[in-house]
Amino acid sequence: MSSDKINADKLTGGAHSPLRRKLLLGMAALPAIGLLPRGALAQALPTDAVNTTKLAVTDSTVKVGILHSTTGTMAISETGSVQAEKLAIAQINEMGGVLGRKIEVIQEDGASDWPTFAEKARKLLVEDKVAAVFGCWTSASRKAVLPVFEQYNGMLYYPTFYEGLEQSKNVIYTGQEATQQILAGLDWVTKEKGAKTFFLIGSDYIWPRTSNKIARKHIEMHGQKVVGEEYFPLGHTQFNSVINKIKLTKPDVIYASVVGGSNVAFYKQLKAAGIDLNKQTLMTISVTEDEMLGIGGENIAGAYACMKYFQSLKNPNNEKFVAAFKKMWGGESVIGDVTQAGYLGPWLWKLTAEKAKSFDIDKIAAASAGIEFTGAPEGYVRIHENHHLWSKTRVGRARTDGQFDVVFETADLIEPNPFPKGYQ
Amino acid sequence: MTRTPNSRFFGRLDGDIAGILLLAALLIVVLPLGLDIFRLNMVGKYLTYAFVALGLVLCWGSAGILSLGQGIFFGIGGYCMAMFLKLEASSPEATKIQSTPGIPDFMDWNQLKALPWFWEPFHSLTFATIAVVAVPALLAFIVGLAMFKRRVGGVYFAIITQAFAAILTILIVGQQGYTGGINGITDLRTLKGWDIRTDEAKLVLYFVNAALLIGCILLCLYVRRSKLGRILVALRDKEDRVRFSGYDVANFKIFVFCFAAALSAVGGAMFTLQVGFMSPSFVGIVPSIEMVIYCAVGGRLSLLGAVYGTLLVNWAKTMLSESFPELWLFAMGALFIGVVMVFPNGLAGLYQQFIAPRLRRPAGRRTDEAAGAPIIPPHTAAD
Repeated sequence: MSSDKINADKLTGGAHSPLRRKLLLGMAALPAIGLLPRGALAQALPTDAVNTTKLAVTDSTVKVGILHSTTGTMAISETGSVQAEKLAIAQINEMGGVLGRKIEVIQEDGASDWPTFAEKARKLLVEDKVAAVFGCWTSASRKAVLPVFEQYNGMLYYPTFYEGLEQSKNVIYTGQEATQQILAGLDWVTKEKGAKTFFLIGSDYIWPRTSNKIARKHIEMHGQKVVGEEYFPLGHTQFNSVINKIKLTKPDVIYASVVGGSNVAFYKQLKAAGIDLNKQTLMTISVTEDEMLGIGGENIAGAYACMKYFQSLKNPNNEKFVAAFKKMWGGESVIGDVTQAGYLGPWLWKLTAEKAKSFDIDKIAAASAGIEFTGAPEGYVRIHENHHLWSKTRVGRARTDGQFDVVFETADLIEPNPFPKGYQ
Repeated sequence: MTRTPNSRFFGRLDGDIAGILLLAALLIVVLPLGLDIFRLNMVGKYLTYAFVALGLVLCWGSAGILSLGQGIFFGIGGYCMAMFLKLEASSPEATKIQSTPGIPDFMDWNQLKALPWFWEPFHSLTFATIAVVAVPALLAFIVGLAMFKRRVGGVYFAIITQAFAAILTILIVGQQGYTGGINGITDLRTLKGWDIRTDEAKLVLYFVNAALLIGCILLCLYVRRSKLGRILVALRDKEDRVRFSGYDVANFKIFVFCFAAALSAVGGAMFTLQVGFMSPSFVGIVPSIEMVIYCAVGGRLSLLGAVYGTLLVNWAKTMLSESFPELWLFAMGALFIGVVMVFPNGLAGLYQQFIAPRLRRPAGRRTDEAAGAPIIPPHTAAD
């Protein structure tokens, strides 16, 4: 489906939405911005009215936090999110900010270390009194900061696809929860490849384990079979034994959720063992354009990745987004699924604040459900009552140049379901 | 505290006690008055590492046993406390959305249907408190027995402790249904119904922590002043001579290793209480080495130096990372290299060299060893 169609659907569907928001959304698509005099909105909405809980909001500015790892093992993955969030904030400021106030960013480094994340989250909320935080990447860091956000009543926009089993008033999950990422992809591979047997392989922590639990239930529900399930510690680089098992069991599909640096070793060793991904179907839920940089396109070409966004997606929003991203961060940079989800955070927050006419966390949390963003590079997204996003599932096929060809996308938005019945 | 009749020790006692009183005044009066609750809580967190550094001063500084696995004991102490708190936070009412209510949330995610047997005793706070000290001490005893009785020491011992740290991390990460895996044990709420997340609770915990730390410093001082302490120094400098004098060297080493382990574990438990979670990232090789660095920056022969070193390094870490989120690690690296190259005896060495002589001249008193034992050149300690 083309994105024009998506936008058209959206416009008819959202006809009842307030005119003002539609105007603003329309402006988002225009490069010529700044027609409104700066501060006009701020005068209309005095600081006392939009900020009753002593957040860092003045007549002309509002402070937000960015909390990612810029050092340590996770820095490679999280840098894309930081860049996307900064891009979104710069674009919003160019349009006149949020409720007439310029966004000021306070960036903190989580240093790939979970207690540091908790400490910095506390600092952002208690010391800096930021109105929103865009941040976290791994589940472990989110679990570490969640009690902090709930205790001090902050707002976190979390960009990563994750295992689900969580829902909080204080978090908006802009990535996919596990069922959104897994089920449609499995159905597609079953239909397209006639898959009957699956071999599940992942890194050993909560996300791959939960994802594979859901995948296994879904596979077995449809009368197919899991012929192997293996986990390896984070950072593991020896996959020869599991590759031998794969050769013995000859699964129709290898289903991979290996993360981080282990990916490089895994795909290189698969190739070295003579497994040609153009003949052997492999579906991964953990390789985006960012990981492809390390793995090397020639080692993974032919594999399928199941995501909601690919850089090669063809729609006007995405073309604009990719161009703006490259202009700001250099022509060599690539954009993966999580980076795009990071870009959504500041925009969703802006739209929510304008709907709530307030920066108060409680009002933002209450107003979030139903917020729609038509300017999303992935097409159109909407926040569900459970604070996750309605979004599509897409399957891409890895190319040698490090990009994906989108070979499938679901016709409709998939409903987020962080506590899937029958899959637990 | 026993007062030895030896006049040499009277002079030193005064200096040490003055130093401890100064530290106590700083921790209990100055910092709480000068800092808001958020920063104070952070100082409280740093001070939990000071327990580990104290243990290292005895184990490494006094007895010459370099352990690169103190994170193991810090972690186990922390996990014992976290298990108790997690069980309290996982009452059937609080966890009724789970498929098996009444067990910790991560067990439910990992399809466990019942509480594992080794979690059961952690319903009791008394058991958990004893376990905080006993389990790490027992583990240290077993490791010590296996190593020191076979006369494994020096670099080999350091490498083996590293291996243990790596093993324990892998074990915790791999058994996530039982341990919470890489996420650790998170979302701890109350201690016997007392909400540990409130500002008042954090203030109380800070003072408890500071008082415990002062108590531990006095305990360490007592050990160092005793005959035992002098034997430890002797076996560091000339192990064979001590052995030929009829002492069983291994037993002394096992003792000091267990003692250091127990101190680290107390720190770990206090860490869990103040930070509100525990994860394998405090158990592994990197945090263990970091803890050795705190001790080295402070001066590994000085109990008080170790406390100040821990505070300084952690404070620098926080401040630099807040001001320069992209560059701070380089600054930290430069700090460590600088300390090792220029001040091999750390902060305590600086004090000895520059401040103590000035204090001594007008007062005419022996304050040169205010911070502990005489300073020795670095190369003798790791041998």
